[in-house]
Amino acid sequence: MTGPTDPDRRSTAGHHDLYEEETVEEARVVRPYALTRGRTRPVRAGLALEALVRGVTGAQDPVGTSERRRILDLTRDQILSVAELSAHLSLPLGVVRVLVGDLADEGLVVVHSGSPAATASPATNLKVLESVLNGISSL
Amino acid sequence: MAFPRSDVTVAPVPPAQQPAGSAPVAPITVKIVVAGGFAVGKTTFIGSISDIEPLSTEAAMTEHSVGVDDAGGVSDRKTSTTVAMDFGRIALPGDLWLYLFGTPGQDRFHFMWDDLVTGAIGAVVLVDTERLESCFDAVDYFEARQIPFVLAVNCFDGVAKHSIEDVRSALAVRDETPVFYTDARNRQATKQALITLVTLAMTRMQS
Repeated sequence: MTGPTDPDRRSTAGHHDLYEEETVEEARVVRPYALTRGRTRPVRAGLALEALVRGVTGAQDPVGTSERRRILDLTRDQILSVAELSAHLSLPLGVVRVLVGDLADEGLVVVHSGSPAATASPATNLKVLESVLNGISSL
Repeated sequence: MAFPRSDVTVAPVPPAQQPAGSAPVAPITVKIVVAGGFAVGKTTFIGSISDIEPLSTEAAMTEHSVGVDDAGGVSDRKTSTTVAMDFGRIALPGDLWLYLFGTPGQDRFHFMWDDLVTGAIGAVVLVDTERLESCFDAVDYFEARQIPFVLAVNCFDGVAKHSIEDVRSALAVRDETPVFYTDARNRQATKQALITLVTLAMTRMQS
């Protein structure tokens, strides 16, 4: 991924506006990436937006920050994608990826179908596409 | 930025009893990208068929320090835009979940698209005939990467202002690229657009 293509605009107004956004944006006291201790990439690569996350029953979280707790709460009784977790937690996707990656490494959540780019995605499978087509047609 | 909350009700799944590695079966997830110019109706399109109220997720703002936001001269239709991506989800028979991801509406967020298109079936490009040029970059993007896409001409207020052939020649897309009218508010029309795209993706795969 590359950065935005308009460096001028970013340098003149970007940082200032970013701060304003943060202030307006109510309750977030901590800057998002503080939650990840400054890390912007998950340990495990290729966690897709649509990768599904499910909490492991009875798992004890030794760290217990409120964001980690919310992910575990949300995924206890239902399975949710990384994108949905990001929306429900009002946290940037990148932050959620790091947090989910940590939780998965610690065995507190299971990540399904977050296939790394190297492996074939379901969309490259004709049988899957056929099921999708039939499924949409039946709606 | 506002993140709409939604009380998502997902069919309850039995809680995982096993540790990681021997997990129970989860739905297969597939995704389709919904692209097009700013304020062309992407979120409406997604919402017309999604099982859940379209959700919004933020990606670029913090990751790339992009904080500027302008409405690109079309603020009459929409007063502000964000780097949020709106998305929806449709549960299909056979334990399939189809996600529809809307692209951020402005060119300078193209770097986020790579993330979106990875593993996607293809893209529905919504076309606003009042501002044809606003979908040029989406067309270029998908053509260059050989990602299956269809052009769905959104008829605001049910009025088609240009013929399909005019749109096709103005956008200079290949003959095999489907171009058709749609109404982003209409579930049946949205359904048909998705069917056209999936059919195209299957044809490509078989050829």
